[in-house]
Amino acid sequence: MEYGLALILLATVVVVVVAMPFRRPGQAEAHEDVVRAQLEAAKEAKYREIRDAELDHRMGKLSERDWREVDRELRGEAIEILRQLDRLE
Amino acid sequence: MAGVGSACLAVGLLTALYAAGASLYGARAGGPAWVTSGRRAIYATAGLMIAAVAILQSAFLRSDFHYAIVAEGSSTDTPTFYKAAAMWATQDGSLLLWAFLLSLFSSAVLFLTRRSLREIAPYATAVLGVVAAFFLLLMVAWENPFNTLAHPPAEGAGLNPLLRHPAMMIHPPMLYTGYVGFAIPFAFCVGALITRNTGADWIRATRRFALIAWTFLGTGIMLGALWSYTELGWGGYWAWDPVENASLMPWLLGTALLHSIMVQEKRGMLRIWNASLVCATFVFALIGTFLVRSGILDSIHAFGASTIGTQFLVFIGIVVAFSVVLVLSRLPDLRSEARLDSLLSRESFFLLNNLVLVGLALVIMWGTFFPLISEALTGQKASVGPPWFDRLTVPLALVLVLLSGIGPVLAWRRVTLSGLRRVLVAPLVFTLVALVALLALTNASDSPASLAMFCFVAFVLSSVAQEFLRGAAARRVATGEPWPRALLRLAGRNRRRYGGYLVHAGIAVLFLGVAASSAFHDQRDVRLSPGQTFHTGDYALTYRKPTAKLGGDRAGTGAPISLGAVLDVRKGKQRFTLHPSRNYYPTQDPTQGVIGRYFNGEANSEVDVRWGLKRDFWLAIRPDIGSLQKPIAEANRRFPTASSDVQALVIAALTERYRKNPPPAAFRAIVSPLVLWIWIGGAIAVLGALIAVWPAPEARLRRVRSLYAAKLGRELSRA
Amino acid sequence: MDPARKRRLRLIVALGAAVALATALVYTSFSASTEAAKPSQVKPGRSYELTGKVVNGSVSYAGDQLRFRIRDRDGTGSVPVSYTGAVPDPFRDGREVIVSGELRGHTFVGERDSLVTKCPSKFTKQGRRS
Repeated sequence: MEYGLALILLATVVVVVVAMPFRRPGQAEAHEDVVRAQLEAAKEAKYREIRDAELDHRMGKLSERDWREVDRELRGEAIEILRQLDRLE
Repeated sequence: MAGVGSACLAVGLLTALYAAGASLYGARAGGPAWVTSGRRAIYATAGLMIAAVAILQSAFLRSDFHYAIVAEGSSTDTPTFYKAAAMWATQDGSLLLWAFLLSLFSSAVLFLTRRSLREIAPYATAVLGVVAAFFLLLMVAWENPFNTLAHPPAEGAGLNPLLRHPAMMIHPPMLYTGYVGFAIPFAFCVGALITRNTGADWIRATRRFALIAWTFLGTGIMLGALWSYTELGWGGYWAWDPVENASLMPWLLGTALLHSIMVQEKRGMLRIWNASLVCATFVFALIGTFLVRSGILDSIHAFGASTIGTQFLVFIGIVVAFSVVLVLSRLPDLRSEARLDSLLSRESFFLLNNLVLVGLALVIMWGTFFPLISEALTGQKASVGPPWFDRLTVPLALVLVLLSGIGPVLAWRRVTLSGLRRVLVAPLVFTLVALVALLALTNASDSPASLAMFCFVAFVLSSVAQEFLRGAAARRVATGEPWPRALLRLAGRNRRRYGGYLVHAGIAVLFLGVAASSAFHDQRDVRLSPGQTFHTGDYALTYRKPTAKLGGDRAGTGAPISLGAVLDVRKGKQRFTLHPSRNYYPTQDPTQGVIGRYFNGEANSEVDVRWGLKRDFWLAIRPDIGSLQKPIAEANRRFPTASSDVQALVIAALTERYRKNPPPAAFRAIVSPLVLWIWIGGAIAVLGALIAVWPAPEARLRRVRSLYAAKLGRELSRA
Repeated sequence: MDPARKRRLRLIVALGAAVALATALVYTSFSASTEAAKPSQVKPGRSYELTGKVVNGSVSYAGDQLRFRIRDRDGTGSVPVSYTGAVPDPFRDGREVIVSGELRGHTFVGERDSLVTKCPSKFTKQGRRS
């Protein structure tokens, strides 16, 4: 009957779709690429923070002294991330 | 084709379970091929759901009454637009919608993160697979939308007339997109906790989805309120009904989450709070879905016997228990070293805002579940009404609005007192001016709570405006751009921040509308005969003449009979006309008689509203058809087997009788100030959310990146 | 103040606020609540939120006032109700309704605009209080 036929047909399609990764080995990317992607994301976020702090300072929310302190801290963190990225190369 | 649809569900259930199993196995032992297979299984589930929805929609559009769901919820005379939306008016159809949206969203997020988050993604896939499997199981085992009838009726029952409203058609998909959207951060949080990857990576990947979910949920809630205002005969937009509250609670928690996520991203703090909040938001999204379908609370929407209430409760219990155990077991990994530097910082105000939002959610939860709580504690079922909700939520809402004005002007980490003074002066002055103006020129002082809200709204709007202006001014110092360009560039380069400010402004405007319309609205009930005039406030309302329409009602809902009135309204020089009516839909009930069933079926108020920036004039009519009952009974006797043409003639004669000699009709007239601003404020908030969510173009990023990289490189070489 | 003491202070303030909120919740909700009751359970002298079904054929309008009988959902106890205010669209014979008010004499007098009508059957979203 209709239900049974559809069941078999659809199940076959699904099996084909999910079995494909097993027939193409070597698709996996290296662990390094994962770490690199994570570091890149962290770097972007840190850059955004540095820009935010600068904008805050220019708008007068952060005093000169506070801003220099925060900026130094953030840049230090950014440099650390860049160093880690370098090490991957 | 119904068999194919059922098969899609059954295969979908197995596929979702496989997705969970394969991903877990792949993460533990099997390797990346299994993980990829699991991810593809989610794509396959999405494909199956698309097919299932397509089959069901085609059944609705064809009015195929073999399908039980079509026979119950649609009819040949339901307009096409509402035929398409009737799917989610029923329990089984809405389960299918949930599964459909969940599988699509899951596929999207897993596709976008397929190269990143390699450690977390498999567990997230497993979680999403299990949730999808739950909804599919509900359909396969208990509430199958593809059930067929052995003897299909000639005509369906028709879509409930109250639902024949455009807002009501988009409302469920919006709400469900919101609920489903919160499953994504939950799934990735679980993955992050299991793999002890408690940094901000999972947040960065899912932040956008949380914001999208929040936006859809908020829009869904507002559409529901809009529907209530324009469709129901009571003229209000919020009644603290359990089902309304059920959608508001996850939205409040979602708002808190969006803010605390920022704190974790920037300072690495509040990780335990965040993890708990993500789980809580998802649990409340499930509760929101569950409340509408269970019979546990006495509400208009909750009905006695529901077949899936217990299953939902069990699933929610499992999710709660699992989340609690997971978070507790990872507590040491979640503790952060960063500490709150100063009370006068953005972080601490975000924390405060979180506490207020969670407090609001708890208040609403207490009130909503009070009948169960009181029964458990005192044996007596008692309930609390809107006055109680208002009393407790208004103070919290006031604090929330005030905080939303202060937050934007603070900086991260710390703000010096002098800096704070400089930044608060202009908004405070503006607020003071607004206060004086309100006291002098309006009667706002009649309601102290509203007056306070008006002042806080003024504070928020002025502080947001100041942020935009100061930011643009700072840009102009460096770039010398003209003002408009500086503003656009400012917002464009800091989308999250300025989109967020716009959301604050929109919500403030929304609260302005809420405060004004709830405290200062004027409602009158009156009976009028044609020719009579009624005075309310500065308005003079005259009942000019009655109307009777057959087929083709004004709202396009397909009502065979529509009785109403034309009224002229005058206020000073202003004149306008209103056309409220009442639509009558036929019933299948044979006891009403062949003619009577057209008059004594479901009836719906078609409200007419004159929208205005300053105030709305809302009018509803309830015609008195009591005088028609005798002629209807006689028509039933005389024409028991009439053809539909003769029936139409008889009905036309009866409605003409009403039109020629109408008894007095009952009217409800409500004048509400500033209601339109509720919807405007909501739209502004949605716009702000869109700006915040929009990804920045790659090229600009790369440029910025290279600029900073060069700068850092120089410093590095110097160091 | 050293940071540890500051933190403890903040924790105390936060806990204090939570306790205050909880107290407000419990106190106000129990005093402001109306008891839910079936028509066979109402007694004069206090307000109830009455839940039951509209008795078939009992609906009549006397001018602005709606009159009907409400009976237990599964039972036979019934009570006459007199109500002024907006009547929700789904209201008719046999529907489940909720109305707040109190028993005066033999009639249950409903509070203005407190009448709420539940949807007839199954899960279909429907109207609310009027």
